[in-house]
Amino acid sequence: MERAVGTSVRRKDGDAKVTGAAKYIDDLTFPGMLFGATIRSTIPRGEIAATHLDFSSDFIVADYRDIPGKNYVALLDPDQPCLAERQVRHVAEPILLVAHADRRALFGIESRVRFDYQAQPPNYDPETSDTCFKQIAIDKGDIDRGFRDAAVVVEGEYRTSHQEQLYIETNGVIAVPGDGQITIYGSLQCPYYVHKALVVLTGLDPARVRVIQTETGGGFGGKEEYPSMLACHAAILAMKSGRPVKMIYDRVEDLLATTKRHPAIIRHRTGLARDGRLSAMDIEVIMDGGAYATLSAVVLSRGLIHAAGPYRCDHVRIRGRAMMTHTPPNGAFRGFGAPQTQFGVEAHMDRIAESLGLDPVRVREINALRPGDTTATGQKLGQDASALLVLREAVKRSRFKQKRRQWRGTNRGIGLSLFFHGSGFTGAGEVKLASKASLELTATGARILVASTEIGQGTRTMLAQIVADVLELPFAAIDVHEADTDFVPDSGPTVASRTCMIVGKLLERCARDLRGKLGTLTPAQYLKRHGPITVTQQYEPPPGLLWDDQRYAGDAYGSYAWGCNVVELEVDPVTYEVTPIHVTAVAEIGKAIHPLMAEGQVQGGTAQGLGYALLEEVVMRDGRMANAQLTNYIIPTPMDAPPIEVAMLESPYPHGPFGAKGVGEMPIDGPAPAVINALRHCGFDLRSIPATPERLMKARS
Amino acid sequence: MLLTINGKKRRLDVPPMTRLLDVLREHCGLTGTKEGCGEGECGACTVLVDGVAADSCLVPAAQVEGCEVVTIEGAAAKPWGTALQNAFVEHGGAQCGICTPGMIMAALPLKAGASRDEIKTALAGNLCRCTGYISIFNSVEAGLKTRLPRRAKVTRARRR
Repeated sequence: MERAVGTSVRRKDGDAKVTGAAKYIDDLTFPGMLFGATIRSTIPRGEIAATHLDFSSDFIVADYRDIPGKNYVALLDPDQPCLAERQVRHVAEPILLVAHADRRALFGIESRVRFDYQAQPPNYDPETSDTCFKQIAIDKGDIDRGFRDAAVVVEGEYRTSHQEQLYIETNGVIAVPGDGQITIYGSLQCPYYVHKALVVLTGLDPARVRVIQTETGGGFGGKEEYPSMLACHAAILAMKSGRPVKMIYDRVEDLLATTKRHPAIIRHRTGLARDGRLSAMDIEVIMDGGAYATLSAVVLSRGLIHAAGPYRCDHVRIRGRAMMTHTPPNGAFRGFGAPQTQFGVEAHMDRIAESLGLDPVRVREINALRPGDTTATGQKLGQDASALLVLREAVKRSRFKQKRRQWRGTNRGIGLSLFFHGSGFTGAGEVKLASKASLELTATGARILVASTEIGQGTRTMLAQIVADVLELPFAAIDVHEADTDFVPDSGPTVASRTCMIVGKLLERCARDLRGKLGTLTPAQYLKRHGPITVTQQYEPPPGLLWDDQRYAGDAYGSYAWGCNVVELEVDPVTYEVTPIHVTAVAEIGKAIHPLMAEGQVQGGTAQGLGYALLEEVVMRDGRMANAQLTNYIIPTPMDAPPIEVAMLESPYPHGPFGAKGVGEMPIDGPAPAVINALRHCGFDLRSIPATPERLMKARS
Repeated sequence: MLLTINGKKRRLDVPPMTRLLDVLREHCGLTGTKEGCGEGECGACTVLVDGVAADSCLVPAAQVEGCEVVTIEGAAAKPWGTALQNAFVEHGGAQCGICTPGMIMAALPLKAGASRDEIKTALAGNLCRCTGYISIFNSVEAGLKTRLPRRAKVTRARRR
């Protein structure tokens, strides 16, 4: 029989999406439905002294006193209120909720509310902040000895700024109240995160809370934690009014209020032997968490584990902290801390090469992690450590060395970056999650039951391919149940490049189990003889995977995907505009279950990374995003898209389904440093992104 | 007001400044047309008005009186409609799918064998955050190379 894995089968959600039949949250209506809106703080920090309302009786108005359970958005730390009570910590913090039957009645709703504030002085500088959300230290070897052995020391400071996920579908949910229960429909990545938050907020029994993901128009991390907040708001209004309530953010509100990528300051002090070998890496990372903890602790963690890059060095010291500032909380965004820290280390590597008079490929070749080497956390890498493989492939394909020579002194530049990305939750995270996946036998095949969501990346299709091949059934015989907490088990969140490697593996085990039970029977025969059957598997760590959370040492991830980017660009000598002209993106991901979709992840992530590098700037003025519109928060358009040549390499990971590792996030780690290194090749000494024309002009003068 | 939507004459009673986007989604139940920004930047709401791609979030109802409007739900009846839709599935042009209806509507007026530059220009007002655009260009290119299915030919002949 023809195999599905490794072929680009027709994606399951494709036809509905191209005909307009797919139903996104704003496409749904319920009888008697109201529309909800949020009244937010207009100051960055202070206390609400008095509230003045001017609403007629046809409005439903709710505040924190309408919360039946606990007033915080349950995630990691219980510090973020669902609705501010007295203290506000950032602009656009939710204070009141309003609902009305006519959506138009909510336009300009803010004018009906006035708050008297007692303002307090805000702080926007993470370095001077007196509140630390999380500190992490990673130590390997003896840093002092590493520096004693060094012939050369290179130092540098690198900075990255906010980035908005900018899914094209804004955040939105509908809450439907029932008799002592609540159902949420929404655009979201993690149904069970929303479920957990609702249980805490409503005080309802978990069985009385139901979360259903609707077709989701992009996530990129931006629908990891924020939908919990929004679902809580809609639930409060729905319970107060007894009617379904739809809340859809417009683009301005989505940009002003929801999470962004953490800005970061990364400082490197590196000791090297004369030949370019790393002898000591001393790294400091400061992340701006914004006003509440949200996911900052884990973003910092992933950032630090990737901070030394894909390089071997015996003596490493990494110190990091996530600090509070009075801006809207920063949160999950594809890459989750690693794009920031790998920007730092990769920009630094080119400066190291420059100070030693080495070429940027050579300095990376000497130091790249090889199978059997250990990472900064002391993880011994397996045979699928592919740093050298991707580096050599990218250099060869792009004719890097030749162009590097030819273009010197011109307005054209070429730069590269080498990077890696751990698949799955960090450290003991997957063990703590203890995810489950189920497979139900149907008359013609099987139905997948997981909470992993389709957000465009191809979850439904990719998981069905894995199951089809193990069961030796056609791809079309495998259905995927919608992500509905009343039916699917908790397979963990759809984040961290974990859906294929972790949940895919669980389903592979389910399918093997089911296949054993079927024996020689067809599904129809089995059902007739034995009745319905559903098999469930729970995560078990691969043998030997060990992590010490106290020392922050050990096997940080089951495996890593590896990437190398070469960016070729041109700088306009008059306007300082940068035009990327070609990108080579080499990715080693274990196994491409669906080559076309995997390539789509690499192309899309690379384009998003080019936006991060060159265009995307969140202008924060007095704690408020000043450019909260698509007109002036600029993402790449079709006219900005350079050709991206993707090469997919496969070094199978023995514990992934069919050898697969994660692919979703890694592609965004590489473009920004490759761009900065290409600009360095053109003579611009830039240490921060985005590399806007204004910054380039300054760097030149 | 009177207008034609996807080949059907409709009489609608809406305030003249209602956005065409809302007319389609709320009054006609045609939810395939999406809203991404409400200010004409993202193109998710692209429809054809008398054969020309337009951002329906910027068009007041009064302006389309007597016009022929085509949305994604009516795309299959246009030349290239099904070919483009199919190509977006086969060539990876649709990931999350929220920009897809707008992309397909913006590509519909293109001619057979359009060059990559012509495709880029036609899609210049449409944003996608998933694909990096390459697979969208590939999809449009492949769609425009497909031999027109019989149904589309008939529709075109009849309309002349």
